[in-house]
Amino acid sequence: MGNIVLEKVNKCFGDVEVIPSVDLDIKDGEFVVFVGPSGCGKSTLLRLIAGLEDLTDGKIVIDGVDVSDSTPAKRELAMVFQSYALYPHMTVRKNIAFPLKMAGMPQDEIDKKVMAAAESLNLTDYLERTPGLLSGGQRQRVAIGRAIVRSPSAFLFDEPLSNLDAALRVNMRIEITDLHKELKTTMIYVTHDQVEAMTMADRIVVLQAGNVEQFGSPLDLYNKPVNRFVAGFIGSPKMNFVKGKDADEFNAHEIGFRPEHMKVSTTKGRWKGVVSVAEHLGADTFLHVKTKEVGTIVTRSDGEINVNYGDTVYVSPNTDKIYRFGADGLAL
Amino acid sequence: MATAHTKTLSRIMNLPSIILLFIWMIVPLGMTIYYSFQRYNLLTPSRRGFNGWFNYEFFITDPAFFEAIGNTLLLVTGVLAITVIGGILLGILLNQAIIGRSIVRILFISPFFIMPTVSALIWKNMLMNPIYGIFAHIAEFFGANPVDFFAVIPLLSIIIIVAWQWLPFATLILLTAMQSLDQEQQEAADMDGASTLAKFYYITLPHLARAITVVILIETIFLLSIFAEILVTTNGGPGTASTNLTYMVYNRALLQYDIGGASAGGIIAVILANIVAIFLIRAVGKNLEA
Ligand SMILES: Nc1ncnc2c1ncn2[C@@H]1O[C@H](COP(=O)(O)OP(=O)(O)OP(=O)(O)O)[C@@H](O)[C@H]1O
Ligand SMILES: [Mg+2]
Repeated sequence: MGNIVLEKVNKCFGDVEVIPSVDLDIKDGEFVVFVGPSGCGKSTLLRLIAGLEDLTDGKIVIDGVDVSDSTPAKRELAMVFQSYALYPHMTVRKNIAFPLKMAGMPQDEIDKKVMAAAESLNLTDYLERTPGLLSGGQRQRVAIGRAIVRSPSAFLFDEPLSNLDAALRVNMRIEITDLHKELKTTMIYVTHDQVEAMTMADRIVVLQAGNVEQFGSPLDLYNKPVNRFVAGFIGSPKMNFVKGKDADEFNAHEIGFRPEHMKVSTTKGRWKGVVSVAEHLGADTFLHVKTKEVGTIVTRSDGEINVNYGDTVYVSPNTDKIYRFGADGLAL
Repeated sequence: MATAHTKTLSRIMNLPSIILLFIWMIVPLGMTIYYSFQRYNLLTPSRRGFNGWFNYEFFITDPAFFEAIGNTLLLVTGVLAITVIGGILLGILLNQAIIGRSIVRILFISPFFIMPTVSALIWKNMLMNPIYGIFAHIAEFFGANPVDFFAVIPLLSIIIIVAWQWLPFATLILLTAMQSLDQEQQEAADMDGASTLAKFYYITLPHLARAITVVILIETIFLLSIFAEILVTTNGGPGTASTNLTYMVYNRALLQYDIGGASAGGIIAVILANIVAIFLIRAVGKNLEA
């Protein structure tokens, strides 16, 4: 079981209020991802749940038990750190066995569990090595191994893949997703990476300055962002925003439209502009178009279109896919 | 920059200092070895000549010799034990966020800056004196008999004095090592359910292994040749109860004017130091490898 409820959680470091008040209800078995800009309090929130930081106010309830004042070990959660935090002088075997040893489990049972974890993570050949002799991906797996052996009620990950190269990242992403499907344990995962968030999560928490802006499924966030911040944060390249008379036309203070919902033409369209950057990725083409009326607009077109730097083009938004925002930033 | 050319060049550039250091070492060593085979007593300087192994025989068969070796080793191990264990405990204490931490740290380091003779005299006259020493006053206050430290437990008293001088050094090195301990490792251990004691044993102590090795090696070098503290407190006595090898050599050369015998003792001390060094490197040297 791993049902985690946060009630009016508040955290201050001295005079600085990092988390004003957060309410969350994470269901058992859910894969929840925290995203947000750097410094918005993702790690702090995760550490509060882990028990590595004390709450200033509020309550954390795990499986119906108030754990606000419990030690990290009592909460029966496992955490995978960004730096892996392996014990450098212990072999991989001892690293993975450490939490079981601390729990006082008999040695033969420990051996069995360590072997099982090592097998499922492809670590059997490295059991007698120390972490210093492993590659980044292997260290990552040892850290995960150390987390899974004691069957915690939930896993906490703090940007676990940020030290890996792009290819390994994709692999580990899939491995962690598979692990979640297999174990069906609650996972809370902090990341900067949009792709990780969108592909792995059952539900995403978007944080800004310690506030939960929106909590919903990836497609909910993409299709129905509750405010301008979420709309701008989810999606890559970022949504375009336009104010003024173009927005008035749609009865809004401001309108937004995604780069993938734009039409590009060399002959006619709503706004005329000059291409300032053309990114030809093969499958997609991103154009940054400098217009007189509405500033720079980014577009995304399927496949290859034959437009280059300095060319004059016309861009027009797909009017069905326009997001409308009020003066307070909330979606209309 | 490891081409053949730069290597030769760096060797040539290094040569003068290496030669100088070599002469610095080999001349005194050669002279000592030479004198150790000579009959050479300053009281009868005319009766000089080759003496064979006599000086060595005479030095080794002296009943004080084995006692001196024992005292030397006791002194080294005793001080090492106190400074390493005490250094770890004080390091942990000073690593906590306490008020005025930087001032407390400086206060702790200060004994290291005091000259050995001065600190030994302070201990002898102000602290350990059986009549007007502070320890005597404390004992009297509790109605106990004051201990005459240098008469009853001479070697232990010297160990205490020397340990007091070296404790700051050990504390400083170990504290520095503790400060470089990774915070996330500690937190991971917290999550893994390790108690404070388990965290110390499984994480802090292995992390300190290298620093402890450095402390042991450096201290041993200096502790094998403790002299000033003995000279100003017990003069090696009572009897030979607090005579170590260094003091015994001094005794031979400058109290009995026996240059030959003292040289033989010096060579024996060099050999002993090398034996200790070999054992030490075997025992703890592997911690120094990366
Ligand atoms: N121990 C601390 N003392 C004081 N302020 C802190 C402490 N830890 C974090 N903060 C502050 O709290 C805020 C949130 O930090 P946090 O580490 O949670 O951000 P984050 O969202 O994880 O950022 P990133 O994506 O860069 O990791 C930051 O402004 C940070 O400076
Ligand atoms: Mg962070």
